[in-house]
Amino acid sequence: MYVAVKGGEAAIAAAHALLDKERRGDPTVPALTTEQIREQLALAVDRVTCEGSLYDRDLAALAIKQARGDLIEAIFLLRAYRSTLPRFGYAIPIQTGAMAIRRRISATFKDLPGGQVLGPTFDYTHRLLDDGLNDQAPATELTHKIAHDEAAVPHVADLLGAQGLIEQNAEVEIGAPVGDLTRDPLTFPADRDLRLQSLARGDEGLLLALGYSTQRGYGRTHPFAGEIRMGHVEVHLVPEELGFEVSLGEIVVTECEMVNQFKGSAESPPQFTRGYGLAFGHSERKAMSMALVDRALRARDLGEEVIAPAQDEEFVLSHVDNVQATGFVEHLKLPHYVDFQAELQLVRQMRREWEEANRKEAAE
Amino acid sequence: MSDAAVYNFAYLDEQTKRMIRRALLKAVAIPGYQVPFASREMPMPYGWGTGGVQVTAAVLGADDTLKVIDQGADDTTNAVSIRKFFERTAGVATTTHTSDATVIQTRHRIPETPLREGQILVYQVPIPEPLRFLEPRETETRRQHALEDYGLMHVKLYEDIARHGHIATTYAYPVKVDGRYLMDPSPTPKFDNPKMDMCPALQLFGAGREKRIYALPPYTRVVSLDFEDHPFEPTKFDRGCALCGAEGIYLDEVVTDDRGGRMFVCSDTDFCESRCTPPRTAAQGLNEVPR
Repeated sequence: MYVAVKGGEAAIAAAHALLDKERRGDPTVPALTTEQIREQLALAVDRVTCEGSLYDRDLAALAIKQARGDLIEAIFLLRAYRSTLPRFGYAIPIQTGAMAIRRRISATFKDLPGGQVLGPTFDYTHRLLDDGLNDQAPATELTHKIAHDEAAVPHVADLLGAQGLIEQNAEVEIGAPVGDLTRDPLTFPADRDLRLQSLARGDEGLLLALGYSTQRGYGRTHPFAGEIRMGHVEVHLVPEELGFEVSLGEIVVTECEMVNQFKGSAESPPQFTRGYGLAFGHSERKAMSMALVDRALRARDLGEEVIAPAQDEEFVLSHVDNVQATGFVEHLKLPHYVDFQAELQLVRQMRREWEEANRKEAAE
Repeated sequence: MSDAAVYNFAYLDEQTKRMIRRALLKAVAIPGYQVPFASREMPMPYGWGTGGVQVTAAVLGADDTLKVIDQGADDTTNAVSIRKFFERTAGVATTTHTSDATVIQTRHRIPETPLREGQILVYQVPIPEPLRFLEPRETETRRQHALEDYGLMHVKLYEDIARHGHIATTYAYPVKVDGRYLMDPSPTPKFDNPKMDMCPALQLFGAGREKRIYALPPYTRVVSLDFEDHPFEPTKFDRGCALCGAEGIYLDEVVTDDRGGRMFVCSDTDFCESRCTPPRTAAQGLNEVPR
């Protein structure tokens, strides 16, 4: 056996060494620890776990450090790691109704069972740069106790549902197989389980823009933020060899239920319709955008005319994955000189033909 | 500990390889038909050969000899990177010599040295659907394939002739496979299309991001689309290679200065090298092509 040693190889190794050096930055500045990233850049970590589709905040923190803070690169690192992991089974659906609430708000009712819980939010902060953060800030002492109400907080949509004012979610048999686009290639038309999975893994930026476009009239859905809740939920699995539920631990999720208008049709009376968003960690913008786009994508199911990009399933699902998108956009950096040569030949030939034709015309 | 010890042979787990092999078998059974497969996230970006890498990983055995080329060359950065990936994860022998390789992964070219029976050529494919730029919807193009409705493509080629006097497609030139499926030959220059026809080697195509696999079994008829009065014409060069003097092969244009200086050399570096050097020993095959 022998190994080919070529020019590109040394250049690649040198580039990687340079990258390592740049990643570290000025060596007189203390190195960032992954614990610091996990604790103090928590929302970046949340985004990486969500779009990386892997709930491991330590690995996500490591990925962010390795990626020099480039979150899409960190998401890619986590995805590539995830694809090597064995699949033990599918968890049973999490019960967000039993969530240990850290934040829960509704824009549709002033007060409601379970109350409005602001929790740790940027909302209502004034976006003024805080010079104090330049110093090693001591931990903030809370002056108010965090209320711990163990009682389950009902979903706003269920309060509406009790009066038949909002559509019922489709009945799903427990244990029925769910789609998984990481194990089966996505085909169109895609059912809602696959659409939601795709959106949950999808790029926050694209979902934000698409959700925003529905608010500006490109596939208007008249949304109200019925409820946004964030907190801990328990994940359960039924291992095949045991045959009963075991708890795997807790995860933090953000859930958004949009309440949207629907005029009704010959078959169904006027009632509100649902858009659903769920994201790992505290990812409110993502969950809300996802809920807007989920509702827009239900246009076909609800018999609405598909006219806007956010309603177009093939358009949205084919382009929402930022790992795919960044790979294909950035592959333009790879050499294309063989194809370019073929085009060059053609353009030269066409220019010759054009000059020939012009010469003839001038002569006539 | 070497990486080969940490990861399964050729990186992918055996379940995934089995899934890919099933897709490959189906693809071989229906030449030119795009088989959907559950493409995995690979440790290199989409668009950089993840489809080809997965196909190679699924067909590679411990006694295979692998060659990887990009733009016809073994020393382009991405070819180096992919070859290194399989050296690390599979520990297989690698070569730059087309005739020594049992598996060749390629991007954009088919080697000049004719392939033989028993060899496998794996293509990296960015957009597997030949109709995609005429019809962006997958639901629609699948229907067109099912009905063998390729009118759209013929109209496109006809419009080329009406506008330019000849077909203005120079790479990813569409082919008809075994008289049935329209196929994208991956963006190889149309110069290489005739090499696909009745090729003794097995040709496999992997598109990772688009999650499609397709194949040409050995000795499959592959016909480039054309019209009776406008027959298919492969790209021709009006000169030979400046280094080895070969003619009738595909050339790269190398810009030598900023005053219009140009030099044309073989795109296939192994082919050029084997003509430039005296009968090779094992070590000489490793020399870089002088550019």
